[in-house]
Amino acid sequence: MSGTLSQPARETPMQADAPKTGAFAYPEPPDRDRYSACVHCGFCLEVCPTYQETSDENLSPRGRVYLIKQAAQGLLALDEGLQNPVFSCLDCRACESVCPSGVEVGALIEKARGQFHHKAEEEGVASPLTRLFLRGVFAHPRRLRALGRMLRLYQKSGLRAVAHGLRLLHVLPPHIREMEAVLPELSDPPALLKLPERIPTAGSGSRAAAPVTGALFTGCVMDLFFSDINQATARVLTRNGLTVVVPKTQVCCGALHVHAGDREQARALARQNIDAFLAAGADYVVVNAAGCGAALKEYPELFTGQPDLYAKAQAFARRVRDISEVLVEVGFQPPRGRIERTVTYHDACHLCHAQGIRSQPRQLLASIPGLKLVPLPDSERCCGSAGIYNLTHPDMANRLLERKLDDIPEAADAVVMGNPGCMLQIRLGVHRRQAGIDVLHTVQLLDESYRKEVIEC
Amino acid sequence: MLNSSLIRKLTEIVGPGGVIHDSKQLAAYECDAYVAQTGRPAAVVLPADTDQVAQVVRCLARAGVPFLPRGAGTGLSGGATPMHQEVVISLARMDKLLHVDFANQRATVQPGFVNLDLTRQVAPQGFYYAPDPSSQSVCTIGGNVGENAGGSHCLKYGVTTNHVVAAKLVLPDGGLVQLGDAYGDPLGLDLLGLLVGSEGTLGIVTEITVRILKRPQEVKTVMAWFERVEDASETVSGIIADGIIPAACEMMDQLAMQAVDKSRYHVGYPPDIEAVLLIEVDGLAAGVDELAERVVEVCRRHRVRTVRVAKDEAERSLWWSSRKMAFPAIGRISPDYMVQDGVIPRTRLTEVLKTIARYSREADLRVANVFHAGDGNLHPLICYDARIPGQTEQATELGRRILELCVDVGGSITGEHGVGVEKIREMEYLFTDAELHLQTRLREVFNPHDLCNPGKLIPRPARCVEVKQAAAALASHTV
Repeated sequence: MSGTLSQPARETPMQADAPKTGAFAYPEPPDRDRYSACVHCGFCLEVCPTYQETSDENLSPRGRVYLIKQAAQGLLALDEGLQNPVFSCLDCRACESVCPSGVEVGALIEKARGQFHHKAEEEGVASPLTRLFLRGVFAHPRRLRALGRMLRLYQKSGLRAVAHGLRLLHVLPPHIREMEAVLPELSDPPALLKLPERIPTAGSGSRAAAPVTGALFTGCVMDLFFSDINQATARVLTRNGLTVVVPKTQVCCGALHVHAGDREQARALARQNIDAFLAAGADYVVVNAAGCGAALKEYPELFTGQPDLYAKAQAFARRVRDISEVLVEVGFQPPRGRIERTVTYHDACHLCHAQGIRSQPRQLLASIPGLKLVPLPDSERCCGSAGIYNLTHPDMANRLLERKLDDIPEAADAVVMGNPGCMLQIRLGVHRRQAGIDVLHTVQLLDESYRKEVIEC
Repeated sequence: MLNSSLIRKLTEIVGPGGVIHDSKQLAAYECDAYVAQTGRPAAVVLPADTDQVAQVVRCLARAGVPFLPRGAGTGLSGGATPMHQEVVISLARMDKLLHVDFANQRATVQPGFVNLDLTRQVAPQGFYYAPDPSSQSVCTIGGNVGENAGGSHCLKYGVTTNHVVAAKLVLPDGGLVQLGDAYGDPLGLDLLGLLVGSEGTLGIVTEITVRILKRPQEVKTVMAWFERVEDASETVSGIIADGIIPAACEMMDQLAMQAVDKSRYHVGYPPDIEAVLLIEVDGLAAGVDELAERVVEVCRRHRVRTVRVAKDEAERSLWWSSRKMAFPAIGRISPDYMVQDGVIPRTRLTEVLKTIARYSREADLRVANVFHAGDGNLHPLICYDARIPGQTEQATELGRRILELCVDVGGSITGEHGVGVEKIREMEYLFTDAELHLQTRLREVFNPHDLCNPGKLIPRPARCVEVKQAAAALASHTV
């Protein structure tokens, strides 16, 4: 089963015209078929990070699904009794990996959040954070780039040093202040701007018979903070015989919006991405951010009521691959450049739980000569990043981050993963502990090994 | 709802983060893994140690407020379901491994410690904890003590009571006693034996000392597919008649196979077999291969279609997951299910399964069978849909018929899941008034005011008479 999606893609839209039941008075309520699948066995408790931390049934997957079911039956109201359980969820999907009944907890949580989002909009009490970032910035590529430029200016101009010197940042909450301290240097312009629209294949080609094209999804956080990883991804793809295209009209994947319950905004972003990528006509849509990859693969879920768009979203979703997935699928060339390091691998939730991708990144790492991979205990437990969870729930996020750092084996000089959110979060932890280990993306090591070939040969 | 002074007192004992009393946060504690009956608790308290449990219990006992212990809430008979607005005392935060004595093969844990975690912790030294309920990855040892939990390997190794040697018990008035002895043999009346399986009606266990066993040198697991359930049943008896004591001997029927094959623990069972057997043998490396060969041989004598020994640990682990995840995987084929836990003499397997199939047709409800065939512990899984009015009642009725069938062939109503609220009526079918009265009097020694998990395990006398009459009337119809 490994290597495939944990859940088979649905062929037909489910519950397109579900009746608005109980406390869920707004469009797109949590699906009855989904919460009914839960038989309340409790097998999910052991893997749920928030239950592990609190031992409170309200903060367990089973408890959350039960409350959603109760609300759907009108036995609970759409109020704080449900709100905290639903919003304290990391949406890490660890529960889905162990659920024998196949309950899609993530989708239930996201739709329940949608109900709260509608309610907040209606009552005019939407949180400023949600409004500013999700609708104001992330939904607009130009504003996002402007934010990037501002941050770069801030870092480069000496303003950062001034701000630190004058302790100006003390007006910010401590967890955001800390995060600011570890933001990577924004040295490169975004890959979305810098990379050409079409990059021909380099290297001797993959084992694939016909020429293969991969359309690169550059992401927001990834391109803002780690545009070099996008560049590395493009290099690794072309090295393996793929032609890379970079659709210039792509936008944010909308994952953060879905997580926050803003399904309408997510849908608008999804439509634009679907059009941009289908027009590019590539064989694959290649993603190097686990959170984005999971969101893109789940686009059909946003269009369950619209058969035409649903079919289009499915056609799009079928092409989406994580970078590690596509490389294994086309039969990647084992790199020859030696990297003498000992690293450990952290399974980003949205790679392992949401997309069922566990073996492929390890396969890539294992192929690098000289690289020693040591196991990370409980590697599939969330690091606490979880989209903007570390900003909205800093206390829980910090507890999970501390546990993650405790688990990193002493022998490792780097911790490797496939998601920019986790990278920022774990960088914060490493910085805090002065741990002196690198936080890397799988592709960075692979790219380094390929690049060393040229020098060594 | 509790009055505010009681809430204040409880909060003083366990701290503000340890009391849940807002009515909006109590719904999640309405039931355990048995969902057919639910009740809202008055509050939930999460103590951190023995002393806090004792103080909480003393405080509630003085106020005359009923209470009950809860572990992970994975019980299948409603033992942790608050039917009388009890205060739920959740032991989930008491989840520490307190002490391991490898030389003498003992481990002491808090009640909220997860079953499988004990094996995980002692495995590097070559030890394990034998009782292995299917929910072992999440169920707690405290809950196992309450239910006298079994598991797939209890055929050879016994159930929880055979592995618990001592326990610290907070009595229902808040007093503290130590039962059993970590190293010696019990003297006097076997109060520990009484405690294990008492379903939280005698008090709340706060520390448990158990045996840990040396891992067997070698383990072999055999999977056998049968076209007819009779052949599988006869194979089970045949193996034991052959003088082999398997570590485990499990059976699943076609409907259960279908359900679990839809989950990620996919084995790929053929659609035209009636039964699959999973048989495990273990022991000294020298003898196990031969034992596995003999098991295969017995299967062949009974017209097995395909029989195979697991080729590696990964395959063995998949086969076991397929078996252990079978209950909840029923969620793939039915919105709700109710699992029964009847025990029958092994030799009556074929006949009982046929009768269950007939009952299933008569009730028009599907029944999947997953069970510990080696010790005749059946787990019929009754599929129903609670959203359809009346179906919960029909399922309950079908379950009752199946349990009475078990009693009628000389068996019992529960092997390992406990009585809880679910099988309380069947207790009256199984025991005489005098026997139930004796049990009630015994409970009263510990729990005189029935404040500790009231209404569980032993039926209240008032209902006895009418139920007896109903049961007698029913028996006269069926015989």
